[in-house]
Amino acid sequence: MRDALIQGSYLVASVLFILGLRGLTRPDRARVGMQLAAVGMVFAVAGTLLNHTIIDYRWIVAGLVIGVIIGYPLGMKVPMTAMPQRIALALTLSAAAAALVGIAEYYTDIHAGMPPERGKMLALAFEVMLGSLTVGGTLVAAGKLQEWLPSKPMTFAGQNVVNAVVFLGVLALAGYTIVDPTQAWAFYTMIGVAMVFGVTLVLPIGGADMPVVVALLNSYSGLASCAMGFALGNVILIISGSLDGASGFILSILMSKAMNRSFTNVLFGAFGSETTAAAGKSAEGLTVRSIGVEDAAIQLAYASLVIVIPGYGMAVAQAQHAVRELSELIEQRGGEVKFAVHPVAGRMPGHMNVLLAEANVPYDKLFDMDEINGEFDRADVALVIGANDVVNPAARNDKSSPIYGMPILNADHAKSVIVLKRGMSAGFAGIENELFYDRKTSMLFGDAKASLTGLVAEIKNV
Amino acid sequence: MQILELYVFVLAAFVGYMVISKVPALLHTPLMAATNAISGISLVGSLIAAGAQHNRVATILGFIAVVCATSNIVGGFLITDRMLKMFKRDEKKPS
Repeated sequence: MRDALIQGSYLVASVLFILGLRGLTRPDRARVGMQLAAVGMVFAVAGTLLNHTIIDYRWIVAGLVIGVIIGYPLGMKVPMTAMPQRIALALTLSAAAAALVGIAEYYTDIHAGMPPERGKMLALAFEVMLGSLTVGGTLVAAGKLQEWLPSKPMTFAGQNVVNAVVFLGVLALAGYTIVDPTQAWAFYTMIGVAMVFGVTLVLPIGGADMPVVVALLNSYSGLASCAMGFALGNVILIISGSLDGASGFILSILMSKAMNRSFTNVLFGAFGSETTAAAGKSAEGLTVRSIGVEDAAIQLAYASLVIVIPGYGMAVAQAQHAVRELSELIEQRGGEVKFAVHPVAGRMPGHMNVLLAEANVPYDKLFDMDEINGEFDRADVALVIGANDVVNPAARNDKSSPIYGMPILNADHAKSVIVLKRGMSAGFAGIENELFYDRKTSMLFGDAKASLTGLVAEIKNV
Repeated sequence: MQILELYVFVLAAFVGYMVISKVPALLHTPLMAATNAISGISLVGSLIAAGAQHNRVATILGFIAVVCATSNIVGGFLITDRMLKMFKRDEKKPS
């Protein structure tokens, strides 16, 4: 009877999780969907507490209380701009939980003098290996995103060789424990080496590539939960883990595609280091046309269609609210404003959309690259705010450019382009952008927020 | 390892792929937060490790795992809801 209750609660939880994720396919249903998923979680936890192997609830209650105390500020206090590192840290926690449970399970079996049989050992090795690797990797990713670590790629000669050796070491240790589960030293060494591999894997990856890495680590942590399910013979862990894994997998594929790069290239290419320094056109002999706030305001005030292209620079300058104010002002004057969001704008998938939504930009004004690219020909002004590589025409026509082939927003098709930029430094990838030297383009230099506030004030006077 | 579990894994991954590939880019950040929250399901394994009284080491590792997983569940669902609350339609335009 008790067992039926447990299995029943897991079944309800699984269905609610899937319904919750299905809710996310539509913005107007997403909230209700996720509330269903949260109810599912309550079912899963309640069901587990009925498990007859649980005989002492003291540590459980203490853990739950501390977890809630830590989790509440992680949910309610973290600002939206810090979302990428927040997600990376959450992945650390979920991978750590998976790894710790695996270690506890292994220790218990060895301690009782009953080494896990082959199949269970295989699952445990996977669980602990993926968990430890993800812990190392996500900590570095979070450090880079928070800028505690330099976000530029950290490379040294022979790095890929070192990584390969460490990786083979992890595999060898895991394989050895699977062949002979009594070799506890190999199992415990593997934890450390896998963590080191996670660290060395992410260190050479630059900040602009973080969306791919975070998504990939997301799928690893999902697979670690899956492996836990196999080791413990628990179906809900397998189901939720594979949902998590599938999500991370899909996102990392989408992100790689949006940068026209393969997984291997992201992981081993160290974008923005030696390869990019040599390639790409030089800006010598080209001139930029700078524009003042007054002239830019006039252009925007009389435009009938303005397409705003936000980039990470907008988030850095905290200019989202000023952008929304500007767009409302243009609309009051009868113009139309649309936002073009490149899939890799920002530091994680969909980051720009969240920041704009937070600034009260309605989501039906936010458009994906494929939806909006045809409309640039009709646009009077393309307003580029802190974006760079995602509007670089070199991706289309310069075969020597490192970003050649990456799908971009067709800002250069608009009748005129206004670029808000701090100075003439190259983008994150360190590549010159021809768009800035185009005859149609005017550069409005300065802090994005200050410029936008200036534009709003000027348009009011026009 | 049971073959039944392999079935569950393959089918769940398949369902996950079908559902999640339909999530629009607009909601990719909430999606990541949501799957983070759901990955807090490792609490299920952690609870058993923390409460089964096998040995001191397993209890303590399980306890830490309970803390990690719970903070993911609580933080994950809260932040997802906080984000989704912000996504609004344009009220001026009927649709």
